[in-house]
Amino acid sequence: MSDPVLRVDGLHKSFDGVRALDDVSFELYPREVVGLVGENGAGKSTLLNVIAGLLSGDSGQVLVRGHRLPSANISAARAAGVAIVSQEPALLPNITVAENILLGDEAQILRAGLYDWRKLSSIAAAQLAKLSVAIPPLTLTGQLSLRERRLVDIARALAIEERTRQEPIILFDEPTSALDPEGIEIVLGQIEQLRRRASILFVSHRLDEVLRVSDRILVMANGRCVAVRDRRKTDFAELTKLMLGSVLESSVRPLPPVSAQQSAVTLSVRGLVRRNSYSDVSFDLHVGEVLGIAELAGRGADALCRTLFGVFPADSGEIVVHGRRIQLKEPSDAVQLGIGYVPPDRQSEGIVGELGIRENMMLAQCGEIRWGPLIDFGRERKVVKSWIERLRIKTPTADTPAHNLSGGNQQKVVLAKWMIGRKLKILILDRPFRGLDIGATAETMNLVQELARSGLSILLVADTVEELTELSHSIIVMKDGLVADRFSASTVKRPRLQVLERMV
Amino acid sequence: MFVFSPPAESDLRSWAPVFALIILSVGFGLAEPKFVSLANLLTIADRSAIPLILSVGMTFVVLQGSIDLSIEGVMATGSLVFAMSVLNSRTELDLGPFGLLAAALAGACLGFVNGTAITWFRVPSFLVTLGIWSVGAGIAMLLSGDQPPLIRDPLLSAMGLGRSLGVPNLFLLSGIVLLIGYVLQNFTRFGRYSLIIGGGEHLARLHGLPVDRYKVLAFTFAGLLSGLAGALESARVGLGHVDIGSGQMLATITAVLVGGTSLNGGRGGVLQSAVGVFTLAVVTNGMIFVGISPYAQQAVYGVLILMAALVTAYSLRASPGIVK
Repeated sequence: MSDPVLRVDGLHKSFDGVRALDDVSFELYPREVVGLVGENGAGKSTLLNVIAGLLSGDSGQVLVRGHRLPSANISAARAAGVAIVSQEPALLPNITVAENILLGDEAQILRAGLYDWRKLSSIAAAQLAKLSVAIPPLTLTGQLSLRERRLVDIARALAIEERTRQEPIILFDEPTSALDPEGIEIVLGQIEQLRRRASILFVSHRLDEVLRVSDRILVMANGRCVAVRDRRKTDFAELTKLMLGSVLESSVRPLPPVSAQQSAVTLSVRGLVRRNSYSDVSFDLHVGEVLGIAELAGRGADALCRTLFGVFPADSGEIVVHGRRIQLKEPSDAVQLGIGYVPPDRQSEGIVGELGIRENMMLAQCGEIRWGPLIDFGRERKVVKSWIERLRIKTPTADTPAHNLSGGNQQKVVLAKWMIGRKLKILILDRPFRGLDIGATAETMNLVQELARSGLSILLVADTVEELTELSHSIIVMKDGLVADRFSASTVKRPRLQVLERMV
Repeated sequence: MFVFSPPAESDLRSWAPVFALIILSVGFGLAEPKFVSLANLLTIADRSAIPLILSVGMTFVVLQGSIDLSIEGVMATGSLVFAMSVLNSRTELDLGPFGLLAAALAGACLGFVNGTAITWFRVPSFLVTLGIWSVGAGIAMLLSGDQPPLIRDPLLSAMGLGRSLGVPNLFLLSGIVLLIGYVLQNFTRFGRYSLIIGGGEHLARLHGLPVDRYKVLAFTFAGLLSGLAGALESARVGLGHVDIGSGQMLATITAVLVGGTSLNGGRGGVLQSAVGVFTLAVVTNGMIFVGISPYAQQAVYGVLILMAALVTAYSLRASPGIVK
């Protein structure tokens, strides 16, 4: 076999102490399509972004045709012939398709310092012709459909070919996500065609796609590259098993004490639809129940959580809380009804970093503890202190800025924010263990169980199947925004397998 | 060479300011036929000249998603530099038409300071340009002292007040500036990159575009035109004065907005801004014809700005397909 065009050697990358890439090494050979699979958070996107020069690696190196790429330098990566086609097409809506394709490389179409629009158009048309797509190059990009924009994004990646006079290395980050079946077919067809002129690294959460277009398949789990398989020598089942690795080995956990089906319904959702996010979602959430939502990839569960907290509305369907049909116009409506929400991005949405712990905890109940018309700070301090003790939050004082705490302690502050409110009935946890180390995860998981036992209804979206099956009474499996399955964790013998089978 | 003009947004919404201008003109014309007399139209053109020049510079800055509040200060400096470098009552200099160049250069320098301060220190443009407004006014005051210089060059006065082929000279000049602005916007990297920077600065940086350099360029260009506008206004009134640009900053921003250029950047252009300038000129002039009290005119302007802002906000909301 010839020399690899791309070699990744011992790549490490951490975000705030959390390992995203852990000693990743692999090779990509000329005109090869390598599929990259793994769970949410396995490090696929991070890997692609490091190779493309969008992120810097902590250690290790990326070699293109034997030359080391400088870290976090997208121009250098492009000059070496590496292009990335991101999940969300990175195109400017307010300029023409042709300008997007040649972005940053306009020098060649200048004549006496002025744009030669005819030349610009013809060069862009030549790129689009490689994909045999008929998009007029001088259309405004904002007028294109998502499918067309993705094709333009691919055409732009191909333009590197002329610029570097080398066959490009194209990194595809979930190029089929959010496309309709016809669009998926077109994009996959393009990738199959492209192997005649490019080397490709292809990330997708759909194993069938990966099996179809790849020559080799690279499996990632927990930031590590756990296996490389030849397409002809592997199958769906093996890949699934590799992706989830140790998860499949059975572990023991105490069954939840609440018989959920017998208790009263707190939250009931019927036929909830939001275009491009989720559709026809229905479920009941009981008192003391933890309802887990499993989703391998996509943002359906995320959008659902936000809808239930009143961040944005559903297009149709109804939400019933305590037997009353409700309209959530904004989050404060949800808070009034006793709904709490722990967002996945703790840093930007969960805590206000500069504010102290006390202020963070009181955010949702600001001014609830009063002395006449005035806020009773003395009593507030006492309440906050008692919660710091109860949740064992490690902090020097109650007024320490929240960003000084560790991730686990921050998450406790976020949880305390909702627990302080006496009205809290429903707690929505959207990937609450994200970015926590093992100890903090275990502690937070215990807290969630404790909350459920005290009669709170909990909706839980988690990153890993392990967390879900560990905590949930029942599990909903979402795939492409649809509820693919729902079952009770206690009645199924091997809930993990069940979840996995439905998910992929 | 100009085979293709780049495609403009072809939906009706982007033509709304043009329709508004036509409706307003027809409305005023019906209410008072003298409004559409040639003499009055030329008056409107004359009144539009300086705002047109200013709006061309402002358009590039706003396209990039920044704003330039220093117009009036830079105009003041331009005015004094011009008045004191041509034949005048205070100095011995007599640069003649080169005085315009001196004023434009002074303005460009102030604009350059605007741009470099914004890009080097990452300070919001409105803060920096607010500061430079005062700096420009300060320089003008130092130059002026308590004796504003009177311009004694008959040629320059004739240029400021006179007409060629019946059209006000300054209006012809502003037409040239507008044409240059149009070519810059549609046929140079400066113009296209301005649109790109306003549409997604992050993306522009990712693709290795020298964003900072083009920001400095936009502010320098805006400063240059402000300095020039200050000089031209001085040529018209016959003296260099600190308050030469009084009221122009808000008027220019209003015109740019009314024309349909978004304050968020990435949308609009010099032709749109020109439509905005004419709209304001027509409204100002028309209000006098139909007898609206000068006291109410300020309020009418306010309503115009508000309407322009609402239309912009509405059209932004109506286009969820934005790919950023």
